Amino acid sequence: MKGRDAADTTDAPPPSPDEVAAAERAAAGRGTTSHAREMGPYFVVKLVLLALIDAFGLFVIFSSWQVEHWGILASMVAILVVVNWVYFSRRMIAAKYLFPGLVFLLVYQLFTMGYTAYISFTNYGTGHNATREDAVAANLAQNESRVPDSPSYPLTVVTTPDGELGFAIVDDGEVLAGTAEQPFEESPDATVADGDVTEVPGYDVLSFAQILEQQNEITNLRVGFADADEGSIRTQDGSTGYLYRSVLTYDEATGAITNTDTGVVYTDNGEGSFQAEDGSTLLVGWRVAVGFDNYTAMFTDSRLSGPFLSVLAWTFAFAILSVGTTFFLGLFLAIVFNHPAVRGRRVIRSLLILPYAFPGFLSGLVWAGLLNRRFGFINEVLLGGAEIPWLTDPWLAKLSVIGVNLWLGFPYMFLIATGALQAISTDMYEAARIDGAGAGRVFRSITLPLLMISLAPLLIASFAFNFNNFNLIFFLTEGGPNFPGSPIAVGATDILISMVYSVAFESGTQQFGLASAMAIMIFIMVGVISWLGFRQTHKLEEVI
Amino acid sequence: MAAETFVQVRGRRWWREISWRYLVAAVAIVYAAFPIVYVLSASLSARGTLTGSNELFADVTTVQYDALFQTLFPQWMVNSLVIGGVTAVATVLMASAAAYAFSRFRFAGRRGGLTFLLLVQMFPQMLAFIAIFLLLLSLRDVIPILGLNSRLALICVYLGGALGANTFLMYGFFNSVPKELDEAAKIDGAGHARIFFTIILRLVAPVLAVVALLSFVGTFSDYIIAGIVLQDQDKLTIAVGLYQFIAGQFDARWGIFAAGATISALPIVILFLFLQRYIVGGLTAGSVKG
Repeated sequence: MKGRDAADTTDAPPPSPDEVAAAERAAAGRGTTSHAREMGPYFVVKLVLLALIDAFGLFVIFSSWQVEHWGILASMVAILVVVNWVYFSRRMIAAKYLFPGLVFLLVYQLFTMGYTAYISFTNYGTGHNATREDAVAANLAQNESRVPDSPSYPLTVVTTPDGELGFAIVDDGEVLAGTAEQPFEESPDATVADGDVTEVPGYDVLSFAQILEQQNEITNLRVGFADADEGSIRTQDGSTGYLYRSVLTYDEATGAITNTDTGVVYTDNGEGSFQAEDGSTLLVGWRVAVGFDNYTAMFTDSRLSGPFLSVLAWTFAFAILSVGTTFFLGLFLAIVFNHPAVRGRRVIRSLLILPYAFPGFLSGLVWAGLLNRRFGFINEVLLGGAEIPWLTDPWLAKLSVIGVNLWLGFPYMFLIATGALQAISTDMYEAARIDGAGAGRVFRSITLPLLMISLAPLLIASFAFNFNNFNLIFFLTEGGPNFPGSPIAVGATDILISMVYSVAFESGTQQFGLASAMAIMIFIMVGVISWLGFRQTHKLEEVI
Repeated sequence: MAAETFVQVRGRRWWREISWRYLVAAVAIVYAAFPIVYVLSASLSARGTLTGSNELFADVTTVQYDALFQTLFPQWMVNSLVIGGVTAVATVLMASAAAYAFSRFRFAGRRGGLTFLLLVQMFPQMLAFIAIFLLLLSLRDVIPILGLNSRLALICVYLGGALGANTFLMYGFFNSVPKELDEAAKIDGAGHARIFFTIILRLVAPVLAVVALLSFVGTFSDYIIAGIVLQDQDKLTIAVGLYQFIAGQFDARWGIFAAGATISALPIVILFLFLQRYIVGGLTAGSVKG
């Protein structure tokens, strides 16, 4: 990162050997310079922008300190330091141009990739999304019941200025107030009339009508005591509170939870859950590392491996067929219309790229309508009322997906093939003709090889794109028809990425760990394929 | 794209060699345009059901459009335009700045950086959507405006993909701008920033337009990330909003959906036709040089 003038060297520390080399390279006329001394209005703009960024950064640091998100805090500190360093330095001109994009790339692409890898080694998901401590508290709170023969408390429903509901109760003549988040605290300045709380500092008392309005929220509300073992207060009618205590007790020493009603002991099973001897577990677990469990489950858990392997095979088939069909149709049309005697080529081209210009997510939905079994245009008008299950039969749905993708993808191939055809020098054709080559021979020996040199990288990119063509699958078939009896909502036309989506968000429970492991598998596959492809195309380039 | 040249072919040779090409053109155009014509017709139909849309242009009314504007559609449209527009402009700025650095400066790690971007480009950001969701979940506690359910956060996520996808394409074009121009400007006293903004960016303006358009279309069509990040009905983008609107009520709401599809596709289709010359150039040139 050294693009500076020789003139700047005077006020900088002694240059290291590679800095000297860089300066020499710069001096040799590679277009690096720094007239960074312009202090005019631009400098003021820069100063204001940096001041804003710094202010924002400090705000983030302060607020992540408050909620104890140390990772965010550390990242923000690092970003701030680098920002100021890069933009106030006279050197590092290249860095000034690279930095904004790199920050976003680092946070929202590289970090998220790494984080995906991390999640794939945990059991993160519904029921396993917090720490062990949180899980204990949640289990205890969820299993509360009214303490038999416990006293009742005069209770008033209150709300914080933020609109958060809470209770105020009178306990032995003292007023306690709290919300779901904030355990009961003494409120000595509260007003009590006829044994009921009528005013609490920091809270508004709800009227009877307001209580009726939010009946459900109030009967579900639970306000805990500061000492968690004391239990909590709940109400049925908004005016009397009862003491609730958990039937579960947590023993710090053994790390086990005991149900005081039934005597069942739940112990830490090492997989992020409290488990009883009969194998039943408490509802709330916590996040633990599970090693390669998510990866092996894909191949060995018979309920998962069947759908997974068929989705994997279909993903490859879909991507290969997509590239193949669109490329051949596009190339065919490009050759047909590339004849110099065809008039109106420009108009033809403009009309043919319509599907490419039409937003992708709309295309899927429009075709889903066209292919609808009972009312769709294809069945009702073109096929005279035949009720062909285009999107609901597993094999026909696959065919439809390829067919719709042909419509979506051929214009792109047509465009790039036309461009590449026009780039081939006509001299080549003439030379071939003089040598006596026929049309077929010319195509095989000249046109196709030359086309492939420029188009091969694009075909590989197209393969990688279709490998993850979530929109088409999701909007056309939603991955259906679903495989019966699978624990995840996955179907015959699901490709890997739509399967990941379904496992993560649409299968009833959110299985982030498993879904991330699948995403990592896609990363690896796409990476290997692209790498092989790039290697291959460089070879192709060396041919000429 | 090279200028189109015409060759006159007449008589029997025209019939043998050329005529069938027009036939192919006719078939291909019907194939390409039919679904779009169908959507247009459905959006103008009076009944607005799937069956009711099968008679093309049986009636021409605006009832579907009127109904559409009773929904949150206008708000979704604004959201999509703002999110897509801001993302497109910022993407162009950041990617062209990076391309400028790679093309015009020689610095340690330059080759490594280029290779790195080429690698990153292979992995679509979309694949990390679970981690994006969880990251924004944490960020919501710290800075709500960069967390879940914020349009600004969604823009930031999209910008994470700005460098990977576009720097390479632009790098190729920047290299094709002669360095002598920079040097002449430098001798006249222009700084690196002035050279970038007033010389190079002007010269590659068509490429910038293409990158902006492709970026806009990409965010406009994105469902998976927008669907995860945005939650409130009035914050949704068109892709998420229209889908939720039609999901489960395919038949009944078909006409309104078609109206929404027509309105949202129209500007993009027009831009594409308008910029097609540059798009074709950008598609082939960038990758070949990469």
